[in-house]
Amino acid sequence: MEQAGLYIHVPFCRSKCPYCDFYSLAAGSLIPDWLDAAASEMGLYKGVFGTFDTIYVGGGTPSLLPGPVLEVLMNRLVDHFVFIPETEITIEANPGDLTSERISLLKALGFNRISVGMQSFDDGELAFLGRRHDARGAAEAASRLRRAGFPNVGMDLIYGIPGQDMASWFHTLDTALSFEPRHLSCYQLTIEKGTVFSRRKEKGELVPIGEDLEREFFLRTSEFLTNRGYLHYEVSNFARDRKHICRHNQKYWQHVPYLGLGPSAHSFQAGRRWWNVRSVRGYCRALKAGASPVEGEETLTPAQVHLESVALGLRTQTGFDRSELRDPAAEEMLEKLEATGFLRCDGTRVTPTRKGFLFADHLPLYLCEEGRR
Amino acid sequence: MPHLTMENIRNFSIIAHIDHGKSTLADRLIQKTNLVDERKFRDQILDNMDIERERGITIKSQAVTLPYVNKEGVAFALNLIDTPGHVDFSYEVSRALASCEGVLLVVDASQGVEAQTVANLYAALEHDLEIIPVINKIDLPSADIERVKEEIEVDLGLDSDHALLCSAKEGTGIEEVLDAITAYIPPPKGSVDDPLKALIFDAHYDSFRGTIVSCRIFSGTLEPGDTIRLMSNDAAYRVEEVGVFKLTREPRKRLSAGEVGYIISGIKTVSDVRVGDTVTLDSHPAPEPLPGFKEVKPVVFSSIYPISSDDYHSLFDSLEKYKLNDAALVYQKDSSVALGVGFRCGFLGLLHLEVVQERLEREFGQSLIMTVPTVQYKFVLTNGEAINVDNPVDYPDPVTIDKALEPYIRASIMIPERYMGVVMDLCLERRGVNSRFTYPTPGRIEIQFDMPLAEVIYDFYDKLKTVTQGYGSFDYDLLDYRESDLVRMDILVNGEKVDALSQIVFREKARARALQACERLKEEIPRHMFKIAVQGAIGGNIIARKTISPFRKDVTAKCYGGDITRKRKLLEKQKKGKKRMKMIGSVSIPQSAFVAVLKSESK
Repeated sequence: MEQAGLYIHVPFCRSKCPYCDFYSLAAGSLIPDWLDAAASEMGLYKGVFGTFDTIYVGGGTPSLLPGPVLEVLMNRLVDHFVFIPETEITIEANPGDLTSERISLLKALGFNRISVGMQSFDDGELAFLGRRHDARGAAEAASRLRRAGFPNVGMDLIYGIPGQDMASWFHTLDTALSFEPRHLSCYQLTIEKGTVFSRRKEKGELVPIGEDLEREFFLRTSEFLTNRGYLHYEVSNFARDRKHICRHNQKYWQHVPYLGLGPSAHSFQAGRRWWNVRSVRGYCRALKAGASPVEGEETLTPAQVHLESVALGLRTQTGFDRSELRDPAAEEMLEKLEATGFLRCDGTRVTPTRKGFLFADHLPLYLCEEGRR
Repeated sequence: MPHLTMENIRNFSIIAHIDHGKSTLADRLIQKTNLVDERKFRDQILDNMDIERERGITIKSQAVTLPYVNKEGVAFALNLIDTPGHVDFSYEVSRALASCEGVLLVVDASQGVEAQTVANLYAALEHDLEIIPVINKIDLPSADIERVKEEIEVDLGLDSDHALLCSAKEGTGIEEVLDAITAYIPPPKGSVDDPLKALIFDAHYDSFRGTIVSCRIFSGTLEPGDTIRLMSNDAAYRVEEVGVFKLTREPRKRLSAGEVGYIISGIKTVSDVRVGDTVTLDSHPAPEPLPGFKEVKPVVFSSIYPISSDDYHSLFDSLEKYKLNDAALVYQKDSSVALGVGFRCGFLGLLHLEVVQERLEREFGQSLIMTVPTVQYKFVLTNGEAINVDNPVDYPDPVTIDKALEPYIRASIMIPERYMGVVMDLCLERRGVNSRFTYPTPGRIEIQFDMPLAEVIYDFYDKLKTVTQGYGSFDYDLLDYRESDLVRMDILVNGEKVDALSQIVFREKARARALQACERLKEEIPRHMFKIAVQGAIGGNIIARKTISPFRKDVTAKCYGGDITRKRKLLEKQKKGKKRMKMIGSVSIPQSAFVAVLKSESK
């Protein structure tokens, strides 16, 4: 049986980045309430999910949690759930939080994978992105992790920043690679609704780089990292080798069960998806009152499972099973898309090419029609 | 209400330029005569169809009998016949006016006399009707009653002393309007002892009672149990019920000369009756029908296809049901390489076409593609055979064509003199010939042109309104067929010919039309993952080309646990949108593209 994944949302940040639409609060005073609530929420799922083989502490900025809070959190998890011995345990961290002591503590608590929000190795870009660290701070954090022998280090980077040119982006990539990260997430800067950047864009102060440049950044990033031996296994994700593909994130893309704890976290099991309230206070209030923090849920119809399988499959090198396409029109379309270099098919799997990744949001529309002409 | 003598009946219509307040005035007259409960009242009460209410237009004629008792205590039956206002329905309007003795000519107190006001006046004068000018919207701060009175005198040549002042919105002056109707509009004439002559001015379908015929009785009487005869086709029916319209139908023992009402007589569909026909009694027939009957023929043709070919049967059923209530629509089975099986339809004009399309979609839930509207052409072939072609697909092999002919109209355009130059330019550009001018009133000019019908069916009226800032009115009569040089212009999408986009065009204009079509398609077809070439061609020659550039990248950076539901919902929405498009090869063409190719300018 497939092992489940466990996600904990830490909804706190020291400051809000102008591009980020993830749910987080600057009010650290709520941390104790949140911790209590998370522990209560674990109680609601005791025995529901079988064994887990991943823990992912994400946010927000989990690395800002005080040591004792992290310790309690990890202990509670072990109290409530069953994990296999080689569980992948990830924490997201900001470079500025990664002192040597903190790194040792994380290792001691069992974290074997860390995803560091470097974003860039250029001071100007970091300032534009509203990050609290500079290029030197990012490099120092990376060095400390190496010296501490942290087993599996991943870095988050952002490209397509207005004003950024290809040379500057390759400088960031080169710098990142000099630390031999096991994993790289390279996100194109996206202007999300409700963010500071989105308001600045409306005012005309921030001009996105445009479709042609986006395409060039994407393709050249993929070529560059592939040439350096990385696997481009998902639209924005690269791994040193198969072993270092993020086991946890794969579950989201393959309809494998996962439990999401914390405000706004999503869970999935047996065709049903549910999600918690976004507000930290609302989340704490519900659990304090012994109620469920679940705000919404859906049970996928077979057609929806099919659509998601194809859409999510097209974002990863795993692709989707060819048997998902049952009608002749879709089969015919598949052949066309293969001939034009968007997809690859072998006997049983359909996978996107590099060019196919560029259109991963659009391709499902071609393949999941009702087969009518 | 007791049966009134002819002396106490008034038959009238309201005519007005659009937005001058025709429907609001009708609403107030209905309210003033207490025909309807305040509770049940709604604005534009006579316009039943959603499309009428939304667009503020009247498509079907409708009658209502208003009971009115004047200050002297005399009771009247005031029959208001509401008429459509568009040139597509001009024949129906003429029959409605023929059923009246007078009209209220409504003029906006701030806008004054406008083009349509004049055209309406002429229509009313043609039927020798008593005309009562009504100056509406006197409550507006910008109202200028003295100026409007002067315009009524000078531009319309009417006595403005008679002009009534009212505000339909505020409900002031309504009683004066009602009194003027009784005082100035003459009572109907005609003898109850003469043979029955009833003029059909409308018919509509009721799913319980069959066809309800609206008519004006000119002579004789009609009772349930009588056998009637429709004089144009000699069909006979037994009368089940007669009555008058009071927003709902109110049965009567009899209808007599001078009255307006309805007949129910087991007529199955509205297509069995013809607007303008005369109803008489089988037992005591009239020697001749009322004048003015004419068979209404479609002038614009287009094919209707279901977006999904599985929906053909459902479309067929919907058309059958729709046709029950619209005698003017004609259709027959049609097929296209690009679009599959559908129907070739004939319409009275483009508004009629739009109304049919909109009602099929809204009231019958159909998803349709309509092809480029066209007129009916005639071709004389080298072997002497003459054929009619109302579908570009049937354009004959060019080497076999001896002579090509296209229908011409006489366009009548009435405008203030200052617009003469721009209107002349427009008409010449649309191949107008043989122009004539008359000056009905000082400062106004009526221009007549002989023009190919094909040049006016799409956006001529819109263009005219634009260049004359709304002051141009337009009407036309079909004239004859004249020799022309016609070619078929085809459209290729990524090299594939789309037969549903072909048009028959005047050779000299082919290149311009092809370029225009390609430009419209470029606007209508969304970007794809690949480049799309849109080409116009005559025979094998490409005469125009536009390219739709592909989009370059379409993938969001992140998709984790919390993003999946949102992403799927977006895909589901996009899939729905795509279902409303037609796949030609691997190109999705939106339904709007098929008609847009005729537009000369972008939206």
